[in-house]
Amino acid sequence: MSDKYIARSKAVAARVLGGEMIIMSAVDSKLFSLSDVATVIWEAADGRTPLSEIVAKRVCAEFDVPADVAYQDAEVLVEELATRGILSISNQPVADAEPATEAL
Amino acid sequence: MAASVSPSRFFREEPAERCGATVEIGGIPILLQTGDEDFRNLIEQRYAGFVNSSAEPVCQLAIHLQQPMKRPPDDVQVSRSGSVWRIERGDFCAEFDARSRSGWVRQSANPYSLDAVLRIMHSLVLAEEGGFLVHAASGVRNDRAFVFAGVSGAGKTTISRLAPPDATLLTDEISYIRRSGSSYHAYGTPFAGELARVGTNLKARLAALYFLEKGPDNRVVPVSGPHAAHALIRNILFFAHDPDLVKRVFDAAIEFVSRVPVARFVFAPDERAWELIR
Repeated sequence: MSDKYIARSKAVAARVLGGEMIIMSAVDSKLFSLSDVATVIWEAADGRTPLSEIVAKRVCAEFDVPADVAYQDAEVLVEELATRGILSISNQPVADAEPATEAL
Repeated sequence: MAASVSPSRFFREEPAERCGATVEIGGIPILLQTGDEDFRNLIEQRYAGFVNSSAEPVCQLAIHLQQPMKRPPDDVQVSRSGSVWRIERGDFCAEFDARSRSGWVRQSANPYSLDAVLRIMHSLVLAEEGGFLVHAASGVRNDRAFVFAGVSGAGKTTISRLAPPDATLLTDEISYIRRSGSSYHAYGTPFAGELARVGTNLKARLAALYFLEKGPDNRVVPVSGPHAAHALIRNILFFAHDPDLVKRVFDAAIEFVSRVPVARFVFAPDERAWELIR
């Protein structure tokens, strides 16, 4: 199974406020608030780090969740974020993606 | 040989559009240029209290009057090419260059068309400095400004009508917010709502923003930052799905709710509502 690479969309604005990640789409001005886990994945979505590595090194390290369950949930999450245009998913590393906001 | 004398060396005839009125809203003077004397008089009446002929304009708008368009006013369409914004609605067409801060509008002699163009121009200028226009009534009491935001029916007109004599109404419909360092000021605007009353042209430091809710009693309920940001963004006048503009407005809203107290203001529609606004 090939891994997935996720990159934050450049057509969004994002800020942390009160410990919560808020994202606004520049396409349709819709607003989103991310959960703690979603925020960790979003921040690590640099287009170069495989999703499996993000889950293993960030999600499982910060949250008490089995790796297989975490990966399945992460897949669902990134699909949903991609559907809303605030994240892109690729089977290959994305060259011009923005770097992660926190080091892995 | 004697130099030829050309009249153009001694005077220059300005095009008719150079005549006009300078309207200063939110401390931003805009020269509205029109060669039509009647329309200039209409502008001076419409924006009475906001005309400031001694102010040095920071923006210019050339108004070209034409016959009313047959298309009805519909949703405004705003797009950008480089630094030039193009603004179109059924009743007008305009362009505004954000770099030179000048533009033009083609419209009929309808002040409501000009209102819409001015609101958009001010929104674009404010977005560059962390300010915004917001669907809200606002007033000043004890030298402190209070903003009451809400969609149509939330109570902007009601809270404005209930304002006590020692409160000065800045607007009953569209509030004007500018950032000044780490604080914010609210300014009066001529953009009136159901009260059809032009706001008072003054500014005051902003003390709080309230989201209006009609209820059986009066109470102020603090709102968390994320909820405040969501609610504020829903009420900011926002005209274009332009990525740069979206980011500016978004950042402005986040900064605002980080620095200004924001709360729900549940109020019963009688004079006691203002007892909590001091």
